[in-house]
Amino acid sequence: MSVKTPHIVLATDKLCIGYIAKKKNTTVVSDIHLQLEAGQLVGLIGINGAGKSTLLRTLAGLQTPISGGILMGAKGIETYTPEALAQELSVVLTGQMISKNLTVFELVALGRQPYTNWLGTLTPNDVAIIAKALEATNCEVLKDRPCYALSDGQLQRVLIARALAQDTPLIFMDEPLTHLDLHHKASLLKLLTYIAKTQDKTILFSTHDIEHAIPLCDHMIVLQDGKAILNTPKKLIEDGVFDRMFPEDTIRFDRTLGRFFVEN
Amino acid sequence: MISLTGGTPAKETWHDIITIYRLPKAITAMLAGSGLAISGLLMQTLFRNPLAGPYVLGISSGASLGVATYILGGTILGFTVAGTFGRWGLILAASVGSFCVLLMVLAAAKRVRDTMTLLIIGLMVGSLTGAVVSVLAYFSKAEELQQYIFWSYGSLGDLSWPEVYILVGCSLVGTLMAIFSIKSLNALLLGDAYAKTVGIRHTRSRLLIILATSVLAGSITAFAGPIAFIGLAVPHLIRQIIPTSNHRVLLPAVMLGGAILMLLCDTVAQVPFSEYKLPINAITALVGAPVVIWLLIRKKKLLF
Repeated sequence: MSVKTPHIVLATDKLCIGYIAKKKNTTVVSDIHLQLEAGQLVGLIGINGAGKSTLLRTLAGLQTPISGGILMGAKGIETYTPEALAQELSVVLTGQMISKNLTVFELVALGRQPYTNWLGTLTPNDVAIIAKALEATNCEVLKDRPCYALSDGQLQRVLIARALAQDTPLIFMDEPLTHLDLHHKASLLKLLTYIAKTQDKTILFSTHDIEHAIPLCDHMIVLQDGKAILNTPKKLIEDGVFDRMFPEDTIRFDRTLGRFFVEN
Repeated sequence: MISLTGGTPAKETWHDIITIYRLPKAITAMLAGSGLAISGLLMQTLFRNPLAGPYVLGISSGASLGVATYILGGTILGFTVAGTFGRWGLILAASVGSFCVLLMVLAAAKRVRDTMTLLIIGLMVGSLTGAVVSVLAYFSKAEELQQYIFWSYGSLGDLSWPEVYILVGCSLVGTLMAIFSIKSLNALLLGDAYAKTVGIRHTRSRLLIILATSVLAGSITAFAGPIAFIGLAVPHLIRQIIPTSNHRVLLPAVMLGGAILMLLCDTVAQVPFSEYKLPINAITALVGAPVVIWLLIRKKKLLF
C-alpha cells in the first residue's frame, strides 16, 4: 500500500491573532504554525478565553491577523476576493441572529450565493446540490418548514446543510455542539465524521466537549498559554497536554479512559 | 374614466379635476406607498429588527428640521414663506435636511462596523433634530407654527405635474438600487458574519441599501411630508400573506402592497361623499397601528 502524501488545504505561517486597537494590539495566541489536511475532522479546544473563536474568525477572514499569514493553496487568503474565498471556505456559526422566517430550503439555498448571478437565481445544478446537502444532513423532511419551528438540534443540522451547499473544501464551525443533548451531540459528531470522510472535506470545529471529540477527531488543535498545538488526540494525551488543561486540584485527566474527573 | 382614456367628458371641469388634481394625487399615493414600503423592508432586513421603518435613519427628522428651519426660522433670519417660491423652498428645505442627515449616517456607516450601533445613531440623530425643532417652534409665530404642523400632517394632493415627474424619477432610481440589493439582502437574513462568508461585500452593499432607502424615503418626505406606519406595516402584512423571506418575491410584493394600502388610506382621508379632507398621516397611523397590534396579538412575535 502506497502512502498518500497529505494534501494541505490550509496552512498558517507565524500567525499571531488577537484584537487590533488604535493604541495597543492585544495578542491572544501567537506564533501559530498549523497545517490542515484534506478530509480530516479537526477539533479546536481550549479553555474559555483561550482564543478559539478568534482563531476561527481569523482563519475565516472575518478578522485581520495581527501578524503572520494564512495560506490557502499557494496564495494568502487576503488575496482572495470575497466571492472566491466563499468558494473555498464556509462557516457554521452559533448564536447568530438569523431570520427565523426563512424556510429550511431558503436558508440552505443561501449557501449557493457565491455561485449564483446578481439576482441569486438558482440553476437546476444549484437545486441538485441543495437537495444533496439536505439529504446528507437528514433534513429533507424539514425542507418546507420555517426556521422558527425547528429545535436547536434541527437548526444546527440545517446550518451544516447550508455550509455543505456552499460546496467548499473547508468548513469551520464555532461550537456546533453547544445547546445539544448527549444524543444529538453524538449524532452530530458522527455526521461530521461522515461528511469529512465521504466528501473529502476538512472540518475544523471548536468545542468544549473534549471527551466526545477525542475518539472521533483525526487531529486536534489545543490552545494553551498563548500557543497552539496541533497533533493527533493520541499523541496529545501522551504528551500530557490534557493534564495541563485545567488546574490540577479541581480537574484530573485520566489518560487511559480519555476522560476528565472532578476532584473532590 | 373618459378623460383618462382621451375622450371628452360631459363637463369641462370634470376633466380638469381629474387631470390636474386626482391623477397626480393617485400617482403620488402609489409612489409614496410603494417607496415607503420598500424602504421599510430594506431597513427591517438591514437592521434585522421588525420595528425598523423607513425613518429609523433619521431621514424624516432631517426633513422636519429642514422645513422647520425654513418656516419657523423665517422670523429669526428675516424672510417670509409665500407663493410658488414658498412651495419649492419647502421641498428644497426638506431635501437639504434629509440629505444632511443622510451624509451623517453614511459617514457613521463607514466608521461603525456594528449595524446595531448604526441604528442607535439614527435614533439619536432623530432626537437631536426633534430638540432643535422644539426650540425653533418655541420662538416662532402662531401662523408659522400652524404652517409647519400642516406640513407634518403629510399631504399627497399638493403636487403639480413637474413635481410628480421628479418624484417618479427618484422612485425609479431608489427602486433600481433596491433591486440590485436583492442578493445581499437575502444574505443579510443570516446576519453580518454569514453574509460576509458567502461573498457579500459588506460595506458596499450596506451603503447601497442605505442610499436606496434615503432616495426613496427622502424624496417622498420632501414632496408629501412625513407619512407614518406604511413602511413599517406593509412588509409585515406581506409576510403574512406570502410565507417567504426571499427578497426577490418580497420586494415586488411590498411595492404592490404599499401602493394599494396608500390608495386605500387616501380614499379614506378624502372622506367619501363629503367635502372634508383628513390629514393622510393620521389615516395611515389609524390604519397602520391597529394592523401592527393585530399582528402582534395573532403571532405573539414579529419576525423580520
